[in-house]
Amino acid sequence: MELGSLQDPSKATFSFVDEDHTLANAVRFSLNQDPRVSFCGYSIPHPSDARVNIRVQTTGDPAREVLKDGCQNLMLMCQHVRSIFDKAVDDCRKNNHMEMETSIDD
Amino acid sequence: MSKQENTENKKFSIWDLPDVPMGQLPPHLQLQRTRVVCKADAPIHTDNIIYSGAYASMGIDNSVHLGSFRDNFKVEVIRLTKDDMEFDMIGIDAAIANSFRRILISELPTMAIEKVLIANNTSLIQDEVLSHRLGLIPISADPRLFEYLSANDTPNEKNTIVFKLHVRCKRGEPRRTVYSEELKWLPNGSEFIKESEKVDTKPSTYTSFTCSQDSLQNSSSKPIGPAEDKIILAKLGPGQEIELEAHAVKGIGKTHAKWSPVATAWYRMLPEVVLLEDVEDETAEELKKKCPVNVFDIEDIGNGKKRATVARPRACTLCRECIRGEEWDKRVALRRVKDHFIFTIESAGALPPEVLFPEAVKILEDKCERVITELS
Ligand code: SF4
Repeated sequence: MELGSLQDPSKATFSFVDEDHTLANAVRFSLNQDPRVSFCGYSIPHPSDARVNIRVQTTGDPAREVLKDGCQNLMLMCQHVRSIFDKAVDDCRKNNHMEMETSIDD
Repeated sequence: MSKQENTENKKFSIWDLPDVPMGQLPPHLQLQRTRVVCKADAPIHTDNIIYSGAYASMGIDNSVHLGSFRDNFKVEVIRLTKDDMEFDMIGIDAAIANSFRRILISELPTMAIEKVLIANNTSLIQDEVLSHRLGLIPISADPRLFEYLSANDTPNEKNTIVFKLHVRCKRGEPRRTVYSEELKWLPNGSEFIKESEKVDTKPSTYTSFTCSQDSLQNSSSKPIGPAEDKIILAKLGPGQEIELEAHAVKGIGKTHAKWSPVATAWYRMLPEVVLLEDVEDETAEELKKKCPVNVFDIEDIGNGKKRATVARPRACTLCRECIRGEEWDKRVALRRVKDHFIFTIESAGALPPEVLFPEAVKILEDKCERVITELS
């Protein structure tokens, strides 16, 4: 759900149902890294409501598009994290394997 | 104002300050940006400066571009065993590291016993307490092979795993303990017959499996069953008996902790211990003795002189013992690196830890994707 004014699309509050700090804080981070964003923050209006509000104010671009880009960025970051992690685990396995082999040789 | 101070004030001009090269933060700001500094009473600079324009006036771009993130992000696996792992994640913000941690604990699905059909229980332990204990047993079954069971679904081979427990302690025998290994997996579904009024209908059970689950294979070689064999479920006295069926379904830790795939998952920032001045001789000995986890070593620098060195900063628990007392905070600085996380995952047994982490990252990706599709 998006709340904002029709005249000025550069400021809006987005309300996500069934989300919490997990997504909101990560999105806030990735939006604040975007030079087009002049303000971004989030709040959880009530702890027993599964809902989080994200406020986005930009320097001119539509807030909706900037938010979408922020999520896109976060997604690409996650994909990178995953590939690097898998590579690190593989490396660790290979090293352990080699160590085991040398210890057998000894 | 004294005359001397006056002249000093006059002499001081902003133009006399050393130039800070453009595109580089002055050292004190760089420290504030990248380190948490732990003082004797409380840590300072604990917040992350994430606003992209925070240093715009100094000509410094504080935004993180995907490219620079890709170049700087590193993972190093420190320890990897069957059910726990430790790794270093370098070059990522706490906001994202924390999202991963939160997802690991409360949003990764696993299978856990949700429904217990008790046919007979004459043991000391009450039905509801026994059911609760059963629920908390980690089940080694790959949750990715199953679907969620929603309120008006019938339990079938895609969303339910059925276990049977039938144990008895015969009269005249010593008391016995019931272990989780005695839960037997029923790949063909429930064996309890539902009572129905119509006598002529085919007898139905509490699940409606259309085929056996035999073909389902865990990622590890372990068959579907409790992740641990020796979890005590109950104790039986002579003549007591338990007969029940337990139905495990898919769920997430947010609903109930029994679905959490990790015993726990946590991270800490990399400690950095810095000696601000040379600590020598007796003071060096004293410093070495102060630290309970042996962070400092002593090296010989010739002429019978000794100097303290920081040998194992990673072991530092930040007890702040070494900066207690007069003058010590001028010799030692305790810091934490803001973008270096020592991440530890302890798996409860459903999936190995090196699978859990990528799954958690995938869930964050899915969340982003959901937002994007909802907004477009
Ligand atoms: S804070 Fe504690 S553990 Fe860390 S170096 Fe000082 S005395 Fe050792």
